[in-house]
Parts: sequence; C-alpha cells; structure tokens
Amino acid sequence: MKVCMFHLMPYRDLPADFERRYNSAYIDPMWFDVADSDKVGQYYNATLDEMLYAAKAGLHGLCTNQHHQNVYGFMANPSIMGAVLARQTNGQNVAIIQLGSTLPSTTPPTRIAEEYAMLDCVSGGRLVAGFPTGLPADATISNGVIPVEQRERFREALALVIKAWSARDVFAWNGRHYQLGMVNLWPRPIQQPHPPIWIPGSGISSTAEYVVGQDHCFCHLSYYGAKNAEQVSDRYWELVARKGRDDNPYRFSFLQLIGVGETDAEAEDLYAEHAEYFFHKLLYTPTYYQAIPGCLEYEALVQSLRHNPRASINLRELKAKDLFDRGFVVVGSPKTVREQLLDGIKRLRMGHLLALLHFGSMPTALCKNNIDLFAREVLPYLADLWDDRYEDRWWPERLKAKRPAAALAAAS
Amino acid sequence: MAAPEVRRLSLWQDRIQTEVEISGCGRPLVYLHGPWGLASDRAFVAGLADDHTVYAPKFPGTTHGNPDAVHALDNWFDLIVYHGELFDRLELSAPAVVGHSFGGLLAAEFAASAPKSVGRLVLIDPVGLWRDDAPVKNWMILSDKVRRPSLFADADGEAARRFFDVPSDPAERIDTLAQFIWAQACSGKFVWPIADRGFSRHAHRIASPTLIVWGTADGIIAPTYAQEFARRIADARVELIEQAGHLPHLERPETVTKVVRAFLGG
Repeated sequence: MKVCMFHLMPYRDLPADFERRYNSAYIDPMWFDVADSDKVGQYYNATLDEMLYAAKAGLHGLCTNQHHQNVYGFMANPSIMGAVLARQTNGQNVAIIQLGSTLPSTTPPTRIAEEYAMLDCVSGGRLVAGFPTGLPADATISNGVIPVEQRERFREALALVIKAWSARDVFAWNGRHYQLGMVNLWPRPIQQPHPPIWIPGSGISSTAEYVVGQDHCFCHLSYYGAKNAEQVSDRYWELVARKGRDDNPYRFSFLQLIGVGETDAEAEDLYAEHAEYFFHKLLYTPTYYQAIPGCLEYEALVQSLRHNPRASINLRELKAKDLFDRGFVVVGSPKTVREQLLDGIKRLRMGHLLALLHFGSMPTALCKNNIDLFAREVLPYLADLWDDRYEDRWWPERLKAKRPAAALAAAS
Repeated sequence: MAAPEVRRLSLWQDRIQTEVEISGCGRPLVYLHGPWGLASDRAFVAGLADDHTVYAPKFPGTTHGNPDAVHALDNWFDLIVYHGELFDRLELSAPAVVGHSFGGLLAAEFAASAPKSVGRLVLIDPVGLWRDDAPVKNWMILSDKVRRPSLFADADGEAARRFFDVPSDPAERIDTLAQFIWAQACSGKFVWPIADRGFSRHAHRIASPTLIVWGTADGIIAPTYAQEFARRIADARVELIEQAGHLPHLERPETVTKVVRAFLGG
C-alpha cells in the first residue's frame, strides 16, 4: 500500500460572505475583490513546506495538480511545484506524482513530455506521470478546448508523449489534432520506456475503459469519500475483469480527505470549520460550469442522466457533522481514522491512497499536526497492505529497491 | 400537419448517417436548425412547407443512433464540403436556405463558399460575428436563471415552456434531455468558445438576396447584430420581430413565417 500526500493549494482566507457573493468557486470570483497576491505567495510557499514535511514524515509520494480560474486550487502549472519538490526531496524515498498537467489544453503536448522528462531527470527517476483530461471548466472555459474534442485530443496527445519519450529516431507526428514534422525530445526520462502513468477519471466517462485497456493506473479523485465510491470501484473492477486484467489493487488510486486528532471529539472540533470551508466555498461549482455539453461522450451523458447520485446534494446545506457522518471527510482519533480507512481501502481495493491532509482554510500548523499524527499513528497500519501478494507495477522502479534513488544521480 | 417523410442518408464515406425530414411540395427549401436540434423547430418547418418542399437535415451527430458522426468532421471546411455533398445527394439546385442561430451561420457560410448554390437566403438570429461592446453569450454554459430570459422575450410564456418541456416517461425524458444537450455539443464543436470563425472575411461572397430576421429581445446575440450582417451582405434587408427573443420563429411563429414566405415569394 502506498499513501501519498495530495494538496490542492486553495485560497485559505476567503471572506465569510463568499457564498453570498458568488454562486461558483470557478470562473466567477473576481481576483481583486477577494484575493491578495502577497497572501497567495505565502500559500504557494506554505503548500511546498507542507508537502516537504509530509515527505520527511514518511509519506510515499507527493501529488500536485493543475487547475485554473478558481479559488479551490490554482497550481496553474504543476510542473513548477513539482520542480521544487523534486529538487528538495533528492535523497529521499518519495515519488513525485504529477497528477498532473492537462494534455488537451497544452499545445503542443510535447511541452508536457519535456517538463515531465525534466522532472524525472531532476528527481533521479522518481516521477509518476499523471495525465488528467482536465475538469470541464478548466479545459473548455479557461483553456478554450472544444468540449467534444477534449477526450480525443487527450488520447492523441498521450500517444504522442509516450512515443516522444522513447523513440530512437526523429519521427514525424501527423495527427488529427497535432502535427509536428520532426520530434526528437530532449531530455528523455530516466524511466524507460516511460514513467508509471496514472490517469484520473470520474468513473462515468469512457476514461476508465481507456485506462484499463492501456494498462495504466486509474485514479478516482472523488471528494465524497470511500463510503460513496463503492459503485464506481465495483464498476471499475468489473471492467478490469472483463478486459482480462489482473486484480492488482495498485491499478486503482483513491483520494480521501483526512483529519486526525488525539480524540474523535478533538478532531471534529479541529477540522469542522475547514471541512465546511472546503465544501461550502471551495468545491461549490454549479452544474452549468461542470456539465458542459460535449465534455461527456454521448453514452456517458445518457448514463449520467440516468443516475447521478450527487445531483440532488446541495453542498452548502451540509454542516461539518453531515460531512463527517457521510464519510466525505474521514475525521477522528488515530484509531477511528485507521478503522475507517482500512474499511474503505479493502472495500474499494485501492493500492494508492491519496491523502488530502490539507483541506480548506487549514493553517500550516494544523496541517503539520495532521501529517504528524497521520504518519505516526495511521500510516504504519496501512503500509504493509497488499505487498505480500501484489507488486506495485505503477511505481518508480528505483523507489521499489528501498534506496534513495536520487543518491544515484547526486553521486555521479 | 402531415408527418414528414424521414429519409436516412449515408454520407461522408459512410461515416455520417443523417436523417433529413422532408415535407410539403413546391420549390425546394433547406432548413438548418440551431444548436438545440431539429425537434423544437418542427412546427415552424411545417409552416414553411405550405408552399415549399422543405428539406430539414439533422446536424451531424444529432441523428438517433449515430452520435459519433460529429467526430467525422474536424473544421468548418469539412462542414461546408459535407453540406455540398448533402445538397448534391438531395439533388438540390440553388434551393432557398433558411437557418436559425448556429444554422444561420452555417447557411451564410455555405452561401459565401458556393454563391451559386443558394437561391434566397434567410438568417434568423444568426451567430457568427463579434463586437467587443456587445459580446455574444455562450449559450452552452448559462444558468437556468439567465438562459430562459436570454432565449425568450417572455421567459414564462408558452413557447419557453414548450421548448424546455420534457416528457414524464423516464426513458423518454432521458432521451429528450440527452438529445437537447448533445445537439449543443455537436454544433458547439464549430463555434466554441466564441462564435466568430471568420465569417466577416467571407460575407462579401454571398450573392443571394438575403433576409435577416431578428427578435428584438434576443438576449444571446443582441439585435444590433442584424445591421452588422446586413451591411456585410450585398443584397440584404432586416426584419425585426417584436416580443421575441433568440427564437422568434418559436415565440412569434405566424409573424416569422409570414415575413419569410413573403420574402421567398411564396
């Protein structure tokens, strides 16, 4: 079992009346009305500090991500964050998980192939190459990608990136969306033919089918907790079986908000305001910015109209207690958190737990406290899961040897 | 009104299956629907069929059972060449062409690319031009609160109610909603995120007498655009429709049918 620190880099000091002023965390909030560049400079640095702290505490990987024009997370270029993390963790047994740069909105996509290859070289072969298709609002509104083309652009771009990483000759790419006459990438990643590939998906699109077909790792980045993801994971594992793939849990990653305290009561008290801040202010995005016509292929669209369990939930009506009781956030004493996580991990068969140990308005001191307690009291009980029977084929090779990979690069 | 004949054509090296609804008799007229599909326009089309043979093709991807047809066309050039093939297959020679909204832009671009292929041209609240001082709303990402009054002069009126109505039967409801959303996805491919793909550079090629119809309460693309189109097309005139929004042919069908038929010489 691998447990990785995930961070969104949100705006931590939104005004109390943000919900009344804006109906969306995306697109609508005006920078000069609610944000401050000096503060944001502090957030970026705090985010890096918190992630590096998690690496030192023993988490197995550090996950960055790309979002635009919103208050809930704005690592607009995750490679910039990843570069700092790669450099600062050299010598440590920790993966740099870019989850990651969005291919459909980057032209040409070889730009991402280069950035990822740089990160793999700087980190000494510790990169996990994540390729999200991008949230609809990010890809289509912020970056102008044509909704109905988002997925086909993604697939073509990924094929181009993989070829560019390992091709032995200069080649021409005459694609539908990308045409490059002479591709000969510098640098190439240390990990050949390519670093492990992780692909996030929502579970109702055709992405899961594609990921299993390509034998990559599928990441279900839900904010609604393992308790509410059983239908998606069941469908995923059925798909895995149908496609003749093995039941290796490492082909499935899952994100979970987690808050650990000394006792259940203390934890609930500590994290309540930050959970409400996350779900009321940061995550609130209306349907018209999410369900953009064309972002779901036709079959997935029909499926989503048939069954969308979250459609009827108004997040802003839920109090912290509801968020905890429903399992959106796993909160409690180390024992409570261990038990709830173990239940979810086994039920969903997840090999990589992506722990959102910072969420909402959480200050750095509380985040580090959360990381400390989690790493000391929870992580040791999870880490040995699965390893007696399964190999993590979606993890950097040099980190499997339990030796600091980058020492190789640093020593030479 | 008599049900139209539904002709199913296989085009574009068999990668696009499309239905064409054919009704009426008389001189040929092609009707190109807007971003929300053909379904809501059928009553208006029937009105035109009183004195024309109306051909109403469904936009690629919006024919039942063939949603992926939208992926067979990459760009406007493909789209125009495709419609050339469609007109040829229907054995149409310089028909009148009437288009609404996105379909209006399609009609105008087709007329500009092949000036002798269109007899008379009617553009109903077409998109395709852009002014920074009067930005066109992206109809694909509007909240319900904004969308209804943008599309209709009377947001609570009968036309608006019919337009957004969904069947009570669950399966039919899903099918109706899916078609409504997917039709926007298919047309949106060619105008996302801004419906200005260079028509202003092509407009001078239009040789057809052209009628521009506009709802005075259009909240998607302001009526001021009627003159923007008119001044770029050599032989064009404008008819403004009072108490109508972006879909004047649904909100004031009798008036729009009357001015269109008068223009076409019905």
